Amino acid sequence: METAKILIYDGSFNGFLTTVFKAFEERLQIADIQSNAICQNGLFSETETVFTQMDKAKRVWNGIQAKSNVAIKNIYFSYLSGQRGIELILYRYIRKLFAKMPTSTSDFSDSLVLKISQLAKSVGREKHRMEAFVRFQLTQDGIYFANIEPDFDVLPLISKHFRSRYADQEWIIYDVKRKYGLYYNLKSVEIISLDLQEVYGNSIRKNDTFSGEEYAYQDLWNDYFKSTHIKSRINRKLHTQHVPKRYWKYLSEKKQAV
Amino acid sequence: MSFERIREKLNILADAAKYDVSCSSSGSKRANKNGGLGNSSGMGICHSYTEDGRCISLLKVLLTNYCIFDCAYCVTRKSNDIKRAAFKIQEVVDLTISFYRRNYIEGLFLSSGIFKSPDYTMERLVAVARQLRLKENFNGYIHLKSIPGASDELMYEAGLYADRLSVNIEIPTISGLQLLAPDKRHEDFTKPMLKVKNEIVRHRAEKKVIRSTPTYAPAGQSTQMIVGATGESDKDIMYAATHYYSEYRMKRVYYSGYVPVAEDSRLPSIGSQVPMLRENRLYQTDWLLRFYGFDVRELLNKQHPNLDMEVDPKLGWALRNLHHFPVDINTADKRLLARVPGIGMQSVHRILKARQYRQLSWEHLKKIGIALNRAQYFIVCNSRHWQRKDLEPETLKGLIIKNSQGKFRQHYSSQLRLFN
Ligand code: SF4
Repeated sequence: METAKILIYDGSFNGFLTTVFKAFEERLQIADIQSNAICQNGLFSETETVFTQMDKAKRVWNGIQAKSNVAIKNIYFSYLSGQRGIELILYRYIRKLFAKMPTSTSDFSDSLVLKISQLAKSVGREKHRMEAFVRFQLTQDGIYFANIEPDFDVLPLISKHFRSRYADQEWIIYDVKRKYGLYYNLKSVEIISLDLQEVYGNSIRKNDTFSGEEYAYQDLWNDYFKSTHIKSRINRKLHTQHVPKRYWKYLSEKKQAV
Repeated sequence: MSFERIREKLNILADAAKYDVSCSSSGSKRANKNGGLGNSSGMGICHSYTEDGRCISLLKVLLTNYCIFDCAYCVTRKSNDIKRAAFKIQEVVDLTISFYRRNYIEGLFLSSGIFKSPDYTMERLVAVARQLRLKENFNGYIHLKSIPGASDELMYEAGLYADRLSVNIEIPTISGLQLLAPDKRHEDFTKPMLKVKNEIVRHRAEKKVIRSTPTYAPAGQSTQMIVGATGESDKDIMYAATHYYSEYRMKRVYYSGYVPVAEDSRLPSIGSQVPMLRENRLYQTDWLLRFYGFDVRELLNKQHPNLDMEVDPKLGWALRNLHHFPVDINTADKRLLARVPGIGMQSVHRILKARQYRQLSWEHLKKIGIALNRAQYFIVCNSRHWQRKDLEPETLKGLIIKNSQGKFRQHYSSQLRLFN
């Protein structure tokens, strides 16, 4: 019997899809699929590096999409969770999809299906949170700037939302954890990386990167936030359930609380 | 623009607006036109949450809290000794745009006290919306309050710019209204409501024929009732709600536990508890009516004019109707599954899908996310183990309450002791 292989790829989603293509085409026994950033050699398996090929990645994408739209979304979303070992789990899931007796994406009594759909759901939830919790601050150069630090790599997922909503203003959303960001230049969105001097959260200290009016508007917003509470109804537990504390440092209305 | 002055106004006018509980920014799909600012995605986003856990998605303010009326239940009433302020039209427009550009909000919810006359006030609300849409090319969400007594012409124009319009009926019974808001007539509320409903119907019909027909209040209209101010029963409230849903095609009816704002012999005194549990039960009932196929008369009637505070209304109904149970999870139709306590609509869909592949057992049901602590007494599935199904309603109720940790447990812990 052939020994199982570890496939190493470049850490991109297309790279991952290319390894799936290779594994299917060459009918490989797969021990693991690892990103080159975190690969560990298995003692008894061979490793092979796979180079990303867009045409092959595209074929896998189309193949899955032809099977099910839910599946392709779940796969992409749960991939972005960046969870350890997600590649192998997804590979198994994809094999199931293409098996002779394919499993359905809605068969929640199958634990692999359930796992993928749950992971995709948490990533989806993070996407929504970021669409809600991004707080732009207006810089002196007239760019609306926001730092984020999401649990998962959701920038690729939120780009479209911000582009269509804020079509008439320049903006940057920068992920300080993954050290890259999106810049919208009034025409299209570019991927950028910045050499940030500091993380611009919601600190009370004013910073001259931002326009003077910026802090006035933040004050107005904070006041507004405070005035929305109805004292006789306060329910802090429910509040932090909706706005988990780890997000507070980027929310200007939470300045005092941090 | 003087920020200090704006700040003062905002504090007064946001504070006065917070008792309106509706904050929904959903139900409207408005694309961003000509590379302008904003859109409404249909879902609505909560950008933050108040410390009492309610969604903040709109900048909710009054244009002014001066008012010529004196409704007993309202902080803004003429006889109340409070600070008054009024925004200029441009000030509201600027605040909305600046908040929106920073991703604080989905849009504006503008209401107002009535100064001079209903039409004079409504005209100004419409002017804000017009300016946002036409001058600022703003495509975010706009909810305007319809001022009771406003003319049909103004209500017509309001709907061209607003996504949603609402008139708060506030007091569910006509006798209650006479007692607490003697200057207002019931028709003052229903007339603008009727106009809006008719325009919505007309625009939808025309749009089918002529595609360029402008949209009119695409997110429909809503209303709010105050709960616990006038001694009305749950039946009064929900029958009134059903009436507004069907007669005026309301998108939503909101229920707001009365927060005492005045010492007035006609009302609960300041410091009395806000009936939050009751409010929650009314919302649950509302959901059962809109999404679970219940008829209001099944849940509330002469024999049961009030909801049971100890258990949710679906469980309450099930306990009164044990002859419909147990339901077989593997064969029951959708309508019946939806009536099982502990099974939400999402679980119903999951069951329907999952049972195409196999017979479902307790294990599967647990994975699907059913609240078995309640559901187990009302169902059978593919398993030889079941709960006894021959219990008396009262015993069953005690058993279920003992095993559940409701959000509101603290509110009825005193009654609970009776069972332990
Ligand atoms: S008319 Fe409206 S704002 Fe004025 S007192 Fe009555 S409820 Fe309050």
